[in-house]
Amino acid sequence: MNLWKIAWRSMQQRAVASWLTAISVGLGVALIVAVLVIHQVVDRSFRRGAQGYDLIVGAKGSALQLVLDTVFYLGQPVDLIPYSYYREFTEGRFVPAVRVAIPICTGHSYKGFRCVATIPDMFERLTYLDNREFKFREGRNFYAENYFEAVAGYTAARKLKLQVGQEIRPSGYGEVGKSQHEDEAFVIVGILEPTGTPVDRAIFLNLEGFFRCKAHQMGPSSEERMLRESEFRVVATSAESPEGHSSVLAGNGATGGSASEGTPSQESHEAPRHEGEDHAHEHAEDERRLSAILVVSELESNPQSAMALPRIINEEPYAQAIAPAQVVAELFDGIVGNVQKVLLILAVLVVIVAGIGITVSIYNSMSERRHEIAIMRALGASRGTVMAVILLESILLSLGGGLLGVVMGHTLVGALSPAIAEYTGVIVHPLDFQLAELILIPGLIALATAVGYLPALMAYRTDVAKCLIAAP
Amino acid sequence: MLLVLEEVRKSFPQPDGGRLEILDIPYFGLDAGEQVVLVGKSGSGKTTLLHIIAGISRPDSGSVRIDGWNITLLSEADCDRFRAKRIGYVFQTFNLLPGFTALENVLLSMYFADGRADRLRAKQLLERVGLGHRLGHKPPMLSVGEQQRVALARALANRPQLILADEPTANVDVGNQQIIINLLRETCREEGAALLLVTHSPEVARQFPRIERLEEINMVGKREVEQQV
Ligand SMILES: Nc1ncnc2c1ncn2[C@@H]1O[C@H](COP(=O)(O)OP(=O)(O)O)[C@@H](O)[C@H]1O
Ligand SMILES: [Mg+2]
Repeated sequence: MNLWKIAWRSMQQRAVASWLTAISVGLGVALIVAVLVIHQVVDRSFRRGAQGYDLIVGAKGSALQLVLDTVFYLGQPVDLIPYSYYREFTEGRFVPAVRVAIPICTGHSYKGFRCVATIPDMFERLTYLDNREFKFREGRNFYAENYFEAVAGYTAARKLKLQVGQEIRPSGYGEVGKSQHEDEAFVIVGILEPTGTPVDRAIFLNLEGFFRCKAHQMGPSSEERMLRESEFRVVATSAESPEGHSSVLAGNGATGGSASEGTPSQESHEAPRHEGEDHAHEHAEDERRLSAILVVSELESNPQSAMALPRIINEEPYAQAIAPAQVVAELFDGIVGNVQKVLLILAVLVVIVAGIGITVSIYNSMSERRHEIAIMRALGASRGTVMAVILLESILLSLGGGLLGVVMGHTLVGALSPAIAEYTGVIVHPLDFQLAELILIPGLIALATAVGYLPALMAYRTDVAKCLIAAP
Repeated sequence: MLLVLEEVRKSFPQPDGGRLEILDIPYFGLDAGEQVVLVGKSGSGKTTLLHIIAGISRPDSGSVRIDGWNITLLSEADCDRFRAKRIGYVFQTFNLLPGFTALENVLLSMYFADGRADRLRAKQLLERVGLGHRLGHKPPMLSVGEQQRVALARALANRPQLILADEPTANVDVGNQQIIINLLRETCREEGAALLLVTHSPEVARQFPRIERLEEINMVGKREVEQQV
């Protein structure tokens, strides 16, 4: 026999009221758990997308827009940078600071899923999360030399029921109404394993093939130019025969070869020079545009150059370099973090209201309890003892409710996890406990003590002689 | 003397602002192991007197000595502890805790007395009152006679020197009344506890060697009787 057991028996005696009170606390706690887990989901899905490379190099402008487009495949299309600028990273003056540089060009989509034109190295030399390698659940990576091959992220493939061997025709989403067009068909040759990153929701096209669809040789570096040229492009596309394509291919290949022989310094000067003239050389490689370059810098073997790289890029007029993790963290803390705080405050309020329910529940049973308290006092229990029994009952109700809530919350998370995985790519386990949940224990005890204090005080003040005589 | 009351007075406040005098006892004593019956009119203050002896309520003045301790001078907490260890109380309405089994009701009384509960003794006591087969039953599942026997076992749990029984058979069916009285007297004798029993029943009172009328030891009652005469 001990105080806990006495409190427990007292709860059992009023089982229905006790259950209802505990459940109301539980619902509040389940809400807190859900908010914590959702926070984790949002946090992870935000931050994890930007792992695997240190820098994003893109056109000068909004860093946030560049991150949204490059990392999350969201938002408005960004301004483009000349392809020649990419050569600075592979053959030019940035080479010492760069381990991997992956060119990408966004701006197209297929049935609502973003298409990202890139090179096979995207999946061979980049990693995601903490150094995990991309794996293919079906098929293989696309080959650089097979221009019209594509691979699909896990979710995109599942949602669109894409199969290896299937042909898709992406279309440009960044282009205004009348310039909508269909691309060359790309063949899906592989489907990625789920990564829990935005990669799952995208389709990746061979950059070379993407450029060879004549229609996109013009990067819309400004809206005006895009409008002006779109008409021309449509004409050009319809006029081109397959043979015409291949002749352009040959020409491009030759240009590429000569460019690679050129000195890095020449290349770097080329980039800005061509910027103003690109409309004059439509089919040349110089016309090629990228939305961003993903850079893994040589932070280990050449830290000095690697550290200097973003500063140099940003000081020049051609592009900006941003650390995605930093931008994402700012975005997260600035917007999502605040939303989460509000949700958490609401959830805590729900728990407090439920806690007041404990006061009401115990208070309502007080007239009946007074007699029992008087009996205990007559048996020799002190005022402190009967007060403690009431406080312990309050604590048991709130901790029991809390436990119930944690179970409900995690069950809810377990039930939602397939949907969460599908929409966000974040895999949450029902037993994924948050450290923050530990705060619930002292928090609930403090709450229980506060809300149990009034009835406990009533117990403390019970007039034994009077309440012994009074019938229950 | 186990129990000595001297100049004990008790009054209650009345709605009109005055005080209703209930008790004025110049002297009342009880030897260790003695069995005394207390009779008196309803409302004459018998329960109030037992409450004062048990330290549940305090007299306005006077002293209550139990085994040499003047409990009116003890702090409330000490008085609670004193009551738990030295006094067993049997109520007219049994006053078992409904959420606890028969055994637990006995154990609770032990727990309040010294924080420990002697299960073996609790079981033995319940067996002694004939409830060895009802240990796990909660009060609502027991007959009134059985409930009062649990209350008796509970009162004896801490080997008290004094058992106060306030009309213990008033709510018990006739068939069980004598059983309860016999059990009370026998167990008190076995445990060496004195017994002060309040009753309305002349049959019960008759069985005791010493019968006290409250009207005679209580000046308030005496005055009333004199006024009536
Ligand atoms: N706490 C109290 N406040 C006011 N009056 C009380 C209180 N307790 C008892 N009384 C009064 O004291 C008188 C004696 O009560 P009680 O001792 O219960 O009588 P008995 O047990 O002899 O029937 C009664 O008139 C009762 O109304
Ligand atoms: Mg009475």
